[in-house]
Amino acid sequence: MHLAHRAARLAVCSALVLVAAAACAPEPENSGNKASGKPATAASCPAGKLPTVASGKLTVGTDKPAYAPWFKDDDPANGQGFESAVAYAVAKRLGYSRPQVEWQTVPFNSSFAPGAKKFDFDINQVSISDARKKAVAFSSGYYDVRQAVVALKSSKAAKAKSVADLKHAKLGAQVGTTSLDFINDLVKPDQKPAVYQKNDFAKSALKNGQVDAIVVDLPTAFYITGAEVTDAEVVGQFENSTGTPEQFGLVLDKESELTSCVTGAVDALRKDGTLASLEKKWLSEAVDAPVLK
Amino acid sequence: MTVAKQPSVTEDVYVPSERRIARERYRRSRARRATGIAALSTLVTGAVLFVVITNSPGWERTKDTFFSAHYARVALPQVLEGLWLNVRLLAVCGACVLVLGMLLALARTLRGPVFFPLRALATAYTDFFRGLPLIICLLLVIFGVPALRLQGVTTDPVLLGGAALVLTYSAYVAEVFRAGIESVHPSQRAAARSLGLNNRQTLRYVVLPQAVRRVVPPLLNDLVSLQKDTGLVSIGGAVDAVYAAQIIASKDFNYTPYVVAGLVFVALTIPMTRLTDWVTARMDRRRAQGGLV
Repeated sequence: MHLAHRAARLAVCSALVLVAAAACAPEPENSGNKASGKPATAASCPAGKLPTVASGKLTVGTDKPAYAPWFKDDDPANGQGFESAVAYAVAKRLGYSRPQVEWQTVPFNSSFAPGAKKFDFDINQVSISDARKKAVAFSSGYYDVRQAVVALKSSKAAKAKSVADLKHAKLGAQVGTTSLDFINDLVKPDQKPAVYQKNDFAKSALKNGQVDAIVVDLPTAFYITGAEVTDAEVVGQFENSTGTPEQFGLVLDKESELTSCVTGAVDALRKDGTLASLEKKWLSEAVDAPVLK
Repeated sequence: MTVAKQPSVTEDVYVPSERRIARERYRRSRARRATGIAALSTLVTGAVLFVVITNSPGWERTKDTFFSAHYARVALPQVLEGLWLNVRLLAVCGACVLVLGMLLALARTLRGPVFFPLRALATAYTDFFRGLPLIICLLLVIFGVPALRLQGVTTDPVLLGGAALVLTYSAYVAEVFRAGIESVHPSQRAAARSLGLNNRQTLRYVVLPQAVRRVVPPLLNDLVSLQKDTGLVSIGGAVDAVYAAQIIASKDFNYTPYVVAGLVFVALTIPMTRLTDWVTARMDRRRAQGGLV
């Protein structure tokens, strides 16, 4: 008798659990107005009233430490350094004053994690690429970046005039950067490149002679040779292999409703010359370097 | 010697009683029922998990981000190439750690006042390197030693990283060996000495064999731990399995390579764990039989 009872209870329980499981899986929000690539209009981007992570605030992410010349004194909130200035300029365009901008530490690796984001956009020298667009949304590019080679003045690599001259050198770059892609795809050196978690380690390795040269973006290269490793020099810059300039973009959640508004803001800043003047102000050290053919 | 009397077939045949047969039938039915319930509950649990996971709003993106077949194919060869570095480091460092750890343990267990400085040094060494976080030890050795610009000292991050691993792990292993040596009962020493063995022979033929045999399981534990920590050498720019995964993951913003690397490591650890279990079981059997010391 009680056996039948038991079985019935078991069946009911499992059915209940299944129902509960189905119920606790929330339905994805139906965002009918998928913001992607549509030109932003003032109507769809109400100034200061965007659907942000924290209402009434604009939360901007970047990694820590925040490196010069992109930021100054490792403090993104001071408005100094190119990316800090760009972030505040974008915020202003969107109708958020300086006190309304909240900075959030977002390690590079977690900036592209799926799931809910803690930031409205992330500004961290992230290059736009098609593969990455499958995981995150990008604003339009706010900086055209070129990659450069830095070597100690005393080293053989410093005399390189072309990409082929670097073939036998031990090169290094930071993980997750296009600098590393340039080494692997363009230089194709004999020795496996050294890959570093942070540019700091790459600089130490360069000083120690553990690598002959490192590849970084041009402004970083001039900052390193100007302020950090003064016995190093910028050997030259790479030509862009694809023909389209590589650009840094602001990173947003793939489903973010702000993408078109943020893109609109960046485009407007480019148009009215703000980006150019900020570049002049913060990145003027990064003059041209000889191009390595 | 005499042939045992054959039991006559008629008188001694065992016939289970009715009650016994009923009891066994009942037991079998209980066992069947238990198996049935276990199967059902497993099925329900699996179904619930499946429903919850596949109906979650983020499932599609999670699948693409963590379980992409394309990226698994891209990552596997590079992860395996990186794993080769892990395996080589494990073999070389493992051997060095065993030797150095044993020497340290012997230094700490030496008797006699004349050996005091040696004992004190060994104690200081184990205290320091057991306390020093491994990652700091690696950083100091990999980037600090080359900064000294010593003639003839390598700047290769793999060799330096291996040295740092040996420094830290030999301190752990020395303590394991010491515990083993001290666990051998004093009567064993006394017996050996009374048989006319000198101190060195006592150690070599009586104490150490027992000590080492006793600490095999914790030693293998340290070996598995070392196997996973070899990856930390990548801080110096060398590419191990996990780092190879990170390079691909951060290039295209996809986490699948991490999953691949994780599975590869698990696949490597399982045989090690089985080996540990087998060694332990074998030792227990020997001890239970009162086998050779």
